[in-house]
Amino acid sequence: MTRVVMLNDNSEAFTKKVNEMTNDMITLCEQCGICSTSCPVAEDMDIPPSEIMRLVQLGDEYVLETKAIWVCASCYTCTVRCPRGVDLSKVTEALRQINLRTNVNYLDIDNLDSEEVEELPAIALVSAMRKYTG
Amino acid sequence: MMKKFPYYPGCTLKQYPKKFGIPSEESARALGLEMVEIPRWNCCGAVASLTADDMMHQVAPIRNLIRVQEMNDEGLVDNEYRLVVFCSMCFNTLKRANMMVKENEAALNTINEFMDREQDYKANVEVVHFLEILRDMGFYRLEDMIKKPLKGLKIAPYYGCNLLRPKEVGIDNPEAPTIMENFVEALGAEVIDNPLKSLCCGSYHTVGGHKDIVAERTYAIVNAARKAGADMMITACPLCAFNLDDRQALTKELHPEFQHMPVLYFTQILAFALGLEDKAGLEENYVDARPILREKGLMD
Ligand code: SF4
Ligand code: SF4
Repeated sequence: MTRVVMLNDNSEAFTKKVNEMTNDMITLCEQCGICSTSCPVAEDMDIPPSEIMRLVQLGDEYVLETKAIWVCASCYTCTVRCPRGVDLSKVTEALRQINLRTNVNYLDIDNLDSEEVEELPAIALVSAMRKYTG
Repeated sequence: MMKKFPYYPGCTLKQYPKKFGIPSEESARALGLEMVEIPRWNCCGAVASLTADDMMHQVAPIRNLIRVQEMNDEGLVDNEYRLVVFCSMCFNTLKRANMMVKENEAALNTINEFMDREQDYKANVEVVHFLEILRDMGFYRLEDMIKKPLKGLKIAPYYGCNLLRPKEVGIDNPEAPTIMENFVEALGAEVIDNPLKSLCCGSYHTVGGHKDIVAERTYAIVNAARKAGADMMITACPLCAFNLDDRQALTKELHPEFQHMPVLYFTQILAFALGLEDKAGLEENYVDARPILREKGLMD
């Protein structure tokens, strides 16, 4: 699908903010695509990891609405393979946190079936709450 | 004489003691390593905090490291600043927080000031995984202590993410690790190389709307192990253990032809090989490993 990148007055500030939250990961990316071919969950994403990087570089806040930033499982495969030393897991985390800090959670724990919660180990619940809720 | 180590159990070893805590602690004891639980430990947060402006989630892991200092002050351990962790997720989270404050003095000061009722963290603790302790001890020595060599059993190690990545945190080469293979060999079993041994299992997606991601990864990982000839898999991560073992139920629903495979926590099989069969918690797994152990003549 072709998407027209929409830039506005906020674009530069958005790129800068994500860059700060990730210790300067944004400008390093050279769009080689290795992260996208290495990512174990890329097939479940709406846009691949390298495109997440590109949208942040350009300052297109549409990236905040993608499913991909939530599907990233923080597995650090892209982190160890990126030839430019980009830690992309920090970028998806920053994008999730920008959303979560507006008080909108990705997972509503009250909506989980109580039987299901019963069988889940605490480690699963704690990690999911840390990634999906603010 | 027993060598004492400060020990961080984390929530899963306590929540399911038969499957995780007891086999871990008892195996260590059988090897002459006493795991002294940190008094008043708290949850590490399970996942590392990755953004530069999120200091709040570094507090919990660091508080546990302060407890290690206190244990030394109080003589619970004797000048031992290596904190032993079995859970890969706790290991990764604690080690990354520790690395962050060791590299960033300003962050360390902020956290110390924030916890004004605690002694300052002096950034002197080293977070180690139990597999590293075994490696340092020498796998050949572990081999000598094995009571029931797992002859004829084909085990595929599964690393997942948190033991290996990122590179600075991992306990072995992130692309070509060997530590679990050496561990399996020391137990007398045959090592099976699973090409998907470090593919992410889907982690916390096991909660909520993305469970199918986990079930599909489990399908791929278990099938790859089977294709390579494995009888069972082992892992050091309790969340991987849940996803690869318990989630096989969902995998089977999605793929009726799927065949189950036992997935044990690494200290379950260690305890078993050390002759602590009644401490291995083999009745606790979703897919029962006992039939294959009996088939191989390793169990009555
Ligand atoms: S691997 Fe690194 S440089 Fe290549 S596209 Fe991904 S983030 Fe950019
Ligand atoms: S950290 Fe996220 S984006 Fe990177 S490879 Fe893993 S799942 Fe994909």
